[in-house]
Amino acid sequence: MEAIKTSSLTKNYGKSRGITELNLSVKEGEFFGFIGPNGAGKSTTIRTLTGLISPTSGSAKVLGHDIRKAREAILADTGYLPSEAVFYPGMKVKDILAFSARMRKMNCRKTAEELCERLQLDVSRRVDELSFGNRKKVAIVCALQSSPRLLILDEPTGGLDPLIQREFFDILREQNRKGATIFLSSHVLSEIQRNCSRAAIIREGRIIACDKVTALSKTNARRVTVHGSVALKGLEGIRNQTEGDGFVSFLYNGDMNLLLQTLAAGNLTDLSVSEPDLEEIFLHFYEKDGGRA
Amino acid sequence: MTIVKHELRQSKTSFFIWTAAIGFLLMVCIFLYPEMKGEMEGINDMFSSMGSFTAAFGMDKLNFGTLMGFYSVECGNVLGLGGAFFAALCAVNILSKEERDKTAEFLLTHPVSRARIITEKLAAVLIQIIAMNLILYGLSAGAIAAVGETVPWKELNLLHLAYCILQIELAAICFCISAFMRKGSVGIGLGLAAVMYFLNLIANITETAEFLKYITPFGYCDGAELITSGSLDKTMVSIGAAFGIAGVIAAYLKYIRKDIH
Repeated sequence: MEAIKTSSLTKNYGKSRGITELNLSVKEGEFFGFIGPNGAGKSTTIRTLTGLISPTSGSAKVLGHDIRKAREAILADTGYLPSEAVFYPGMKVKDILAFSARMRKMNCRKTAEELCERLQLDVSRRVDELSFGNRKKVAIVCALQSSPRLLILDEPTGGLDPLIQREFFDILREQNRKGATIFLSSHVLSEIQRNCSRAAIIREGRIIACDKVTALSKTNARRVTVHGSVALKGLEGIRNQTEGDGFVSFLYNGDMNLLLQTLAAGNLTDLSVSEPDLEEIFLHFYEKDGGRA
Repeated sequence: MTIVKHELRQSKTSFFIWTAAIGFLLMVCIFLYPEMKGEMEGINDMFSSMGSFTAAFGMDKLNFGTLMGFYSVECGNVLGLGGAFFAALCAVNILSKEERDKTAEFLLTHPVSRARIITEKLAAVLIQIIAMNLILYGLSAGAIAAVGETVPWKELNLLHLAYCILQIELAAICFCISAFMRKGSVGIGLGLAAVMYFLNLIANITETAEFLKYITPFGYCDGAELITSGSLDKTMVSIGAAFGIAGVIAAYLKYIRKDIH
């Protein structure tokens, strides 16, 4: 079964672009990444899936329910972590968590206590006294305490220190192993690469690639770093060339024999040829068709 | 009831401040009455001969020397304006504040229907208005008894009922405004309450503007009319109720479909 399935989902904001003809399929139990820079349409997609905004056209199902007809049924099994965690001023963390649980008609105290302990969150503090990172922790506990079938996370790690980020992803992987579907929206590509099995790349409101993360990373292009002196002029298939103190690095997508001949003609002290990381692939997708990086 | 309780907790400080302020002013007015009672003859003559000003506050139809005449003018203005401002403030923020304060994303991603959220928020507004009116009614009756006057229950009930209905009507209209707004709407709420109050003053001054009484809810709260007729003007109350109901229906229709940014 698909946890999320959109068909030509479109949202227009008058003159400004939202999302266009979005087709997305996330299977139940997947750890799915949703990549794109700010303004690409990630949050619009998430807001449409969670019923905060209505689509202009197209359709979408979340956990088998139509987003237009069964908003409450979807939200009953969905934990949502917004990019900006804002709560009611004057309330303590424990009151926010209890309020969220009551809205779900659940008693989540035990799970909430465990999560707060793991994320080092002091529940006796008032939310308006908390730092951005600590408010994010409150939002994480709110999203996770009901052990939902689907977790929709919009830029979840902003403000979290590296240790808490690691703990947070450990928690997500545990939830995923228990069967929860994770939909992780982020522009931090290393997060996607480390945790997700599949990912979609969104650009200017449209999905431009959707595949396994390993497949997205797989490309004929190679990152070549050469130490020493070599004349690269005339060699076709070179992109993203950077030069430093005694070295030159570039992405190469041309004939490998020609590259080897060119390198053999130079005076090299060191050479490395590696697969490009997801960040470079991502930039590659954004540069295609005259797009911006 | 979760959202009702949450709203009541969130607004308890504002509720107590407004109730205490209006209650204090009402009691000050009532405690002034015995002192003024002896000098009323001269004051009454003065107040009844100030032309338009007299008409604006209904003092041409009332005997300012009686407790209810004094109460409906002095306390009526405090209760009318104070209550209207509180009701407007309370309702005009109740939905829009979620988007203004960016808490909408938290509230509306829980498995509760928008209709339920609207209903519970409306209930919270009504509970606050009714609770405030009951407290003020109790304080007024207590203060009247404390100054040694017989409590004129019928007139007192009628006046307080009229002001309670006024506040509910204004709140319903402001609730509708709140559903359409995204940012702060306090100014609109307070402005609406003030405009309605002044429309009634204008309607009292000139006969050509008397139709305004059918627009403003202050029209059916005119102490002079209430005490002389002994009942609420059913036509005006019905028009007010229609405005209020239309406001609430519009709020539901808008907010259920509203895109939350």
